[in-house]
Amino acid sequence: MSLLVIKLIIVAVLAGIFGSVLGLGGGTVVTPILTLMFGIDINHAIGASLIAVIATSSGAAIAYINDGITNLRIGMFLEVATTIGAITGAFLAGFISSSVLYIIFGLFLLYSALAMLQKKKAEKYDLNREKALANKMKLNGSYYDKNLEKEVPYHAVHVPAGFGVMYGAGVASGLLGIGSGSFKVMAMDLFMKLPLKVSSATSNFMMGVTAAASAGVYLLRGDIDPQISGPIAIGVLVGATIGAKIMQRMKSKTIRIIFVPVIAYIAIQMMLEGLGWKW
Amino acid sequence: MNHSQAKATREKDMDSVGIVIGWTLRIGIAMSSTIIIAGLILFYIKGQSGYEANRYPTHIKDIMQGCFALKPYGVILTGLLLLMLTPVFRVGISIIAFLVEKDYLYTVITLIVFSILIISFYIGRMA
Repeated sequence: MSLLVIKLIIVAVLAGIFGSVLGLGGGTVVTPILTLMFGIDINHAIGASLIAVIATSSGAAIAYINDGITNLRIGMFLEVATTIGAITGAFLAGFISSSVLYIIFGLFLLYSALAMLQKKKAEKYDLNREKALANKMKLNGSYYDKNLEKEVPYHAVHVPAGFGVMYGAGVASGLLGIGSGSFKVMAMDLFMKLPLKVSSATSNFMMGVTAAASAGVYLLRGDIDPQISGPIAIGVLVGATIGAKIMQRMKSKTIRIIFVPVIAYIAIQMMLEGLGWKW
Repeated sequence: MNHSQAKATREKDMDSVGIVIGWTLRIGIAMSSTIIIAGLILFYIKGQSGYEANRYPTHIKDIMQGCFALKPYGVILTGLLLLMLTPVFRVGISIIAFLVEKDYLYTVITLIVFSILIISFYIGRMA
């Protein structure tokens, strides 16, 4: 009994570190570990993973906001897209076969993962026009990179495209309940060309809101089992606090190297789910 | 620019919004984790959950009642509930913070996010 609690806390600490470094929220690893290693039923595992996402988001955000890595305005601006997307997803759930969507989202994610591998090419876009929009919406800033030991300025480009992908991330979370963190990081890193650390921290920050929006449903359904979710919450909060410190000292390149295979894994998992393969 | 200089500039730039959100999160986490840990400890002291085997409350009213009756699972769930509500509080407080900062563009944006969140709660309850 108490052994289970200790094991859950250890797993949760690791999930919290993992989730806060990559900006994926820590839910990605919690569900499969709880079902496969602990034999916990899928509903309670998903409930616990939702708690893990919320705990990672708030836990990591304290350090990331304090150190100026999270861009609050970019996060808030894009939350408009994710929350509208989540509602759309909830509505669509009754009309569209989720298996088709799993495959579409999976393919998109896989494509994005491969695109992230390629070196960032200097693209042709009207920098001044892009800057004007970013300035108008205050989607720019700078952060101090503890690894590079210098201040890194940035401004968002391709804002409408980023907003669109965020909307898709919202639809995915409302409809499928998974993978929204990966889309968020992707939208900011790949489309809006924000630094990876800013993308990860801001994705983490936003994720709590998206997850909280659906948490009530899970609670009423009885998916939040206190015996499982309680220890998970405590462990993840500790892990996220540690992760938010580690990430700032890591090389962005290292984070990217870990990130891409994880995303590819999530993408393949989504496609298999769409094809009817259950894990 | 060295680190301390850069940090000083950024802190000057960092608006009250960041500070307010940071404190909202700190308070939310401190309260929820204290209550969850208290519930877990209570569970070990009492040796039972306060409910029938494999049962626990799922409605806010029942959870709160369980908490006041010091039923371990009721206490843990109260902590989890606070944790779930922290991001929502965060958005609500940001509206005021942006308003105080006189950043009206972001006051409106945050108000939109908050409204959508409230709508999604109702949709969730209908489903």
